[in-house]
Amino acid sequence: MIDQMDLSLVNWARAQFALTAMYHWLFVPLTLGMSFLCAFFETIYVKTGNEEWKNLTKFWMKLFGINFAIGVATGIILEFEFGTNWANYSWMVGDIFGAPLAIEGIVAFFLEATFFAVMFFGWNRVSKGFHLLSTWMVAIGSNLSALWILVANGWMQFPTGMAFNPDTARFEMKSFFDVVFSPYAISKFSHATTSGFAVSSFFVIAVSCYFLAKRRHVLMAKRSIAVASVFGLIASLMVAFTGDEAAYVDAHHQPMKLAAMEGLWDGTTKAPVVAFGIINGMKQPGDFQDPFVVEFKVPGLLSLLANRDPGSYVPGINDLVYGNKKMGITGAKEMLEKGKMAVKFLAEYKEAKKAGDMQRASMALQKFNQVKEYLGYGHLEKPEDAVPPVSITFYAFHIMVIVGSLMILVFILFLVSTIKNTLEKNTWLYPIGVALFFLSFIAGQAGWVVAEVGRQPWAIQGLLPVAVARTDIAASNVKLTFFMFLVTFTLLLIAEVKIMLKQIQIGPKEVA
Amino acid sequence: MIGSLDQSILQQLWWILASIVGSLFLFLTFVQGGQTLIWQLGKNETEKSLIINSIGRKWELTFTTLVLFGGALFAAFPKFYATSFGGAYWVWISILFTFIVQAVSFEYRKKPDNLFGPTIYEAFLFINGAIGILLIGAAVGTFFTGSNFVLNEYNLVKWTNPLRGLEAAQNIFNISLGLFLVFNARVLGALYLLNNIDFTGMDEFRRRTKNAVFHNFIAELVFLLIVVGGLLTMSGFHVDPATGQVIKVPFKYLKNLFSMPHVLLILLVGLGLVIYAVYVTYLKDKDNGIWFAGIGTVLVGLAVFFTAGFNNTPFYPSKVDLQSSLTIYNASSSHYTLTAMTYVALIIPVVLAYIAYVWYQMDSKKLSQEEIESAEAENY
Repeated sequence: MIDQMDLSLVNWARAQFALTAMYHWLFVPLTLGMSFLCAFFETIYVKTGNEEWKNLTKFWMKLFGINFAIGVATGIILEFEFGTNWANYSWMVGDIFGAPLAIEGIVAFFLEATFFAVMFFGWNRVSKGFHLLSTWMVAIGSNLSALWILVANGWMQFPTGMAFNPDTARFEMKSFFDVVFSPYAISKFSHATTSGFAVSSFFVIAVSCYFLAKRRHVLMAKRSIAVASVFGLIASLMVAFTGDEAAYVDAHHQPMKLAAMEGLWDGTTKAPVVAFGIINGMKQPGDFQDPFVVEFKVPGLLSLLANRDPGSYVPGINDLVYGNKKMGITGAKEMLEKGKMAVKFLAEYKEAKKAGDMQRASMALQKFNQVKEYLGYGHLEKPEDAVPPVSITFYAFHIMVIVGSLMILVFILFLVSTIKNTLEKNTWLYPIGVALFFLSFIAGQAGWVVAEVGRQPWAIQGLLPVAVARTDIAASNVKLTFFMFLVTFTLLLIAEVKIMLKQIQIGPKEVA
Repeated sequence: MIGSLDQSILQQLWWILASIVGSLFLFLTFVQGGQTLIWQLGKNETEKSLIINSIGRKWELTFTTLVLFGGALFAAFPKFYATSFGGAYWVWISILFTFIVQAVSFEYRKKPDNLFGPTIYEAFLFINGAIGILLIGAAVGTFFTGSNFVLNEYNLVKWTNPLRGLEAAQNIFNISLGLFLVFNARVLGALYLLNNIDFTGMDEFRRRTKNAVFHNFIAELVFLLIVVGGLLTMSGFHVDPATGQVIKVPFKYLKNLFSMPHVLLILLVGLGLVIYAVYVTYLKDKDNGIWFAGIGTVLVGLAVFFTAGFNNTPFYPSKVDLQSSLTIYNASSSHYTLTAMTYVALIIPVVLAYIAYVWYQMDSKKLSQEEIESAEAENY
């Protein structure tokens, strides 16, 4: 099916996707949450009629706009990158994957684009009520766009509602609602958007702490923190809750990812969570090395996360590679053998059909149908290729969880200080607020690393490895565009940060 | 209900829908056209600001329409998406680049501490308006002149020219189509500004803008003649509906227009409206020309896409392997997906309605110098 695998091409294409997605995710969390925060602020303004709230709203909106522009700039590349760097993918799953992207455009992007202009330039052109509505529409639009792209991503993690068509050599949609309401789509959407709300809340808190420290715009800063800490606390609790849900679905649909997240090489009952550990990077599937240099475990916790039962069995990487008869686990090794047969029968079917030999074609198809669900594994070279990079997945997961827990704690601190009106006195909180803003960004990025690196080598879990999904193109092209994006996005990021810092320094307008 | 429609009906419907989105995009390129006029028409900071704030309130609509055009093609004709974006790699990457730099430029241009200074952001806008639109036109040109790709039995694309799509710019017809779109965008841009800006006390600025409509129209006309001449005389790609075999046929697109007289009519009415818009603006001193030229552009766009895709014509032909050519029938999604997407598309009138309503709300009062210079208002 694929003439030759050009590994350096795949790696450049992956690096480029990682680069663009990670840059995009620097700006999107702020868009997701700031749009709602602006809507909250403006609602308070409209309800109270207090001009101070209007100035406060306009200040945060200005920062929102600066961030929004670069989010758009990095976003357009992602949509088209599926085509440019992953052409085979686009054909093989486009029948399913294209739909959420188009729907995102129709139902979400136009809401954002249309009402964005009103939100910024409509203050004196439309009524107060319509302006407020527009601000809410931008918030709903941006979050709806997150919904559809995460439906698409959820489907890549857990392909459902489709079947392979040997005649067109692609996967075709069989149930739209299975795709939209898959457990992955729902858990991805709620986890990613609420994490964006939390990051945005820390952004508001961090900037407000700067004002408190400088003793400027104190009232505005306190008001902003009051709204952000409530929103952030609710969001961060949701992040934890949906994260638990995400681990549960991983356990059932991407057990390899879950095993990598905890560095679990050999399956066991009462599987532990490693609260702290240093991975032995030399460890390979099937060897007898100790997986950790140092580790501190909490027994049973992983079993609890995975199956809601602390005594239950969780398969390890080795079980998933080599199989485990006792536990009824089919390993990648066996699936690879069947997959090779599927590849062979499909080629036979194609060849016979082309030659007009219908009888041979139908026999080949029959044989293909018996092993077709392993087609993806047929493209792997060896069973060990089914293992994702364990260290990266493990560390990213642990950073995410540690920062995530810290976030809840710090939101509580800010909320309590707000209620007790001790924000001005508790100056020690300010650096913590600023630090958590940066840490929450890192946690968000780490979350995506877990989701995406943890499912390697698959573009579509179990069906389509990245090496097959890529475009047939010389690696030098992709390498060149990688650096073009790197330089462009970095320069634009520097411009954005400089503009943002300047606007923060200028600060909101005060009512005379 | 929709599910009982024939697959070929759905395929045609989606080609029409994609054509509408693409044609609306061409109308909305008045933003890009305006971007290329900033330096030419804006002789001082106020005039520049007026231009940028006028088109700057619409740039996201254009951008989003382009993104939806891509998305709709992905959902409805994934084989085109895979073949063209993966194959004609450099032409699409170049287009996308111009849109990346556009996206930040309106917002960042006048902000203090913006790293590059306003001139660079204005240059970004110019590049997007000139090169971006030119390359989009050249890419659309390949719908008629063909591309260099082969699809294997698994429908996976191999591009046979190392320029990866940029070779389209070596063809006079493609380049002319691109330049036609660039100058059409400039005509639209100037017309939009005439309609949207309150020129009170700025007669010279208004005169300059009005002249731009005429001068760019003349340039547009030159490239239009080359495009029309080329289109009517070139041999084109024809697919036999019974066997699916693709062959080259002399005067194919001329024949298409005669076999589909409604498309010919759409084309003529569209061109007529653009000419009429220039006439009422330049000779009758009206400022509503944008609507005639806008509708005209949409009609011309529709005629172009219909000529490319209907009447047994492969819309994305391969020069090097005729049988790899893409038709709306062999490049589409499955019946199930097209059905699902058609249900989703039922929401499009609602989307168009709120866009129109907001457009009216925001544009009913012209953009004035006073508003640009007021301390209260938010501006780019």
